[in-house]
Amino acid sequence: MKVQITEYLGIDLDDEMWFCRSCSNKLISARDNYKRALLVYDRDPREIHPALIDASKYEYTFAPDPAYTALLEFYCPHCGTLMETEYTIPGHPPVHDIELDIDSLREKAGKWGQTYDMPRDIPVHPPKHTHPPHEHGHGRGHDDGHKH
Amino acid sequence: MNDMSEGLGANLSAADQALIDQFLIENQLFYAPDDEIMRDHRIAPRSTAEDEVLSRSDLDSNKIALVRDRLGSALQESFNMVEQMGVAPGARWGDLVSAIFTERGDLSQVGPYGIVPFASVCQYPVKFIRKYWMNDKSVGVREGDGFIHNDSRYGNIHNTDQSMLMPLFYKGELVCWLGSTIHEGENGAIEPGGMPSIAESKFDEGLKMCPFKVVERYELKRDLVNFLQNSVRDPKLQLADMKVKLHAVIRLQERVLAIIEEFGKEYLIATLRKTLEDTAAEVRRRIAELPDGTCRINTFIDGDLREHVLCKYPLKVTIKGDKMIWDLRGASPELTNRSINSALASQKSCMLSNLVLYVWPDLPSNQAVLDPVEILTHRNTLIDSSVDAPNAMSLIPIFRSLSVPNIVLAKFAYCLPKRYTAIVASHYNQPATFVYGGMTQHLEVTGNFCADINGNGGGARENSDGEHSLSPVFGYLADTGEYEIGEEELPYVRVVAQQFAKDRCGWGKYRGGMGYEQIMTVRGSDNFGFMTGQCGGKHNSALGLFGGYACPAYPLGKIKNINIFDTLKNDPEKVKFSMVDLMNEQAIPGATYVMQDAGMNFEQCHEGEVYMICQGAGGGYGDVLDRDPALVVKDVQDGLVSLEFAERIYKTILDPRTLAVDADATSRARAAEKAARKSRGVPYDKFVAKWVTKEPPADLPYFGSWDNDEELIASPPGGTRVRIKASECKGVMISNPKDRKIATLQAEIADLKKRLR
Repeated sequence: MKVQITEYLGIDLDDEMWFCRSCSNKLISARDNYKRALLVYDRDPREIHPALIDASKYEYTFAPDPAYTALLEFYCPHCGTLMETEYTIPGHPPVHDIELDIDSLREKAGKWGQTYDMPRDIPVHPPKHTHPPHEHGHGRGHDDGHKH
Repeated sequence: MNDMSEGLGANLSAADQALIDQFLIENQLFYAPDDEIMRDHRIAPRSTAEDEVLSRSDLDSNKIALVRDRLGSALQESFNMVEQMGVAPGARWGDLVSAIFTERGDLSQVGPYGIVPFASVCQYPVKFIRKYWMNDKSVGVREGDGFIHNDSRYGNIHNTDQSMLMPLFYKGELVCWLGSTIHEGENGAIEPGGMPSIAESKFDEGLKMCPFKVVERYELKRDLVNFLQNSVRDPKLQLADMKVKLHAVIRLQERVLAIIEEFGKEYLIATLRKTLEDTAAEVRRRIAELPDGTCRINTFIDGDLREHVLCKYPLKVTIKGDKMIWDLRGASPELTNRSINSALASQKSCMLSNLVLYVWPDLPSNQAVLDPVEILTHRNTLIDSSVDAPNAMSLIPIFRSLSVPNIVLAKFAYCLPKRYTAIVASHYNQPATFVYGGMTQHLEVTGNFCADINGNGGGARENSDGEHSLSPVFGYLADTGEYEIGEEELPYVRVVAQQFAKDRCGWGKYRGGMGYEQIMTVRGSDNFGFMTGQCGGKHNSALGLFGGYACPAYPLGKIKNINIFDTLKNDPEKVKFSMVDLMNEQAIPGATYVMQDAGMNFEQCHEGEVYMICQGAGGGYGDVLDRDPALVVKDVQDGLVSLEFAERIYKTILDPRTLAVDADATSRARAAEKAARKSRGVPYDKFVAKWVTKEPPADLPYFGSWDNDEELIASPPGGTRVRIKASECKGVMISNPKDRKIATLQAEIADLKKRLR
């Protein structure tokens, strides 16, 4: 069974491997840090956020200061998809951002059934209401409590 | 000593001990902020009355639903009253809230609109009043009383917000509490407008109101009001809004009493409590839906509004079953003489708001949303500062709590088959607005802030671009106001108002919503000025998600020694209505052009001098190469992206004349970029081995953990870098930047003198 974890990362619970959702290639054990399977590039942040104000005249230009900002780009080694960005400080250890309990994920995904790549019903501008979803007395249960 | 104490204690009779206890209670030297209240964000245990009514077998859920709806209407009515009658600019734009609290002080319900964190911090002062003033013979809590407060150390976001809290009695029995809070602005601080960035101690922050009684028998106590008016720059504002809030709360009381008359006191008590318990239960259920595990992020604040520093704000979220822990250990030490610290309770209120704004927006907005979440911090850090540290600009770290948790929780929630809302990148998270003060054209002294803080860009979503200039990070449905009304009352003039500028997105498959640019000047006063309180000029602040990029780094521009009105009259072609053009062309003769960090301390703006800021964009979502070329074309057509950036960032090749997409060229450009990524990227382990350092670069003013959250690094500018055991952190003092500048200049003079000899 496959589970989507981010826009570009999935976990195949059958072999417990991270995989790239863009190219389907396997990356690394799902119990490991997925970043270890990726390529990293220390991008000069001014290439992505360039100076809009003349940098020869001014210090502050809408571009970040590379002494204060490192922009790490994490690529799929197979297809080159930009899977993650990390704005950090030069030399700071990259963050281990996703460390899921695979056994818990397997248990929950088993209850969900096949959900990988299935379209999600995403509410648009859900109206604010004041009814707690647990209020059953007026005929609404958990499943429809928020759909007004 | 111990033996003697134990001996004395052992010999005391129960009556004597009770006498001593009573003496100590009645003779407490000072009622400081109470840790027992301030560090507990959870809802109180059920009271006897709550337990009795909720245990009734004949409790009618339909009646509870009706009571809740009626309360919602009443809260909305009082919100509207304040919004229509309030004098504070914040009140006119929706920076306010009306709320109802249980008898024990837990926030149970706010109106459909309003700023949730304003209300969720008010549980703390209500609990303080109950604990200390209720049984104090010199104070007491009676029908018709009203209490005011603003000091965040007793429960507030920052002390520019003021509340009116009123106990509601029914037939002599205290049943619940009602509240109305407004971002008032002016509060007599060292800088006008209520958010002093130069505050070096809490005594620079102006009014410092712990909860006290200012209303008796539904009347303001005029002597106390006069004292407050005498302590601020805008006495008219102080009086008017105290009246407005009082009468909004009185109206709310009338409505709640009517509800009690119709449904019975028990149903009000049951509704207030059940709302909280059901909400907490639902949050636990939603936590349990998520997979167990840990997700992390590190973010960095790049200034303290006096100088550039790098303060770490980390967040580690751990889920196990229906338990969720938010761990912020490793955050920067408190900067004990800078204004950007925050009380933990303020942080928690904003964490709660992040959940109801960006994660579970269908949940009711009440205190119980955060009840199931455990928060871990180190004391005396930027996000859990001591009571002595100034926190007037706590917005800087608390805006992280409003914009960061959702992008960590997205990594748990993206797999779920069900969505409560779209997965969304960070909303722009800086207080980008002009704070002003001085003498108006009507010869009135004032100080306050502009509504542009409510016009920040939304983060990109998993299925669409972010909304432009949507709202403040802390609320929804707040407005940016009618500037013409402001210009009639105040001597500012916006030369450019709410204009989108090109190429300032958080790029991504879906881009963040844009903020707008504005150009401000002064006319009709020779004593007026501005400050701004933004960070993010060197390190991007609103982060992207799943490969999306952050917003740009936003500076402030200003043109001094001009009168733009004269230039417009005599040489209009030299005035371009764009920050970039004005600053790059430098066309106005004799002008002084300055680009600086947007954390500008208060300074005078002479008539016709020009100040320029830009609202920020939300973070982007997904890989830029996945952006639909048709969306790129639309951005170019809308003036949001230039042709240059369409090609440079999105690798989308357009005909410059027709804007038709060259599909083949675009495919080739994107394939080439993917190949280039694979070529330049370095395997992670190899990269880490070479790139990661044992500590921050030596010249970086870094604060916070590096590779071990139990040890904090503090590198004060001009000082020596030290390592602090996080559990023993005491905060860090930073020298005055002007002193450092003077020392540098003195050294240069000494060096020059030496060379002359």
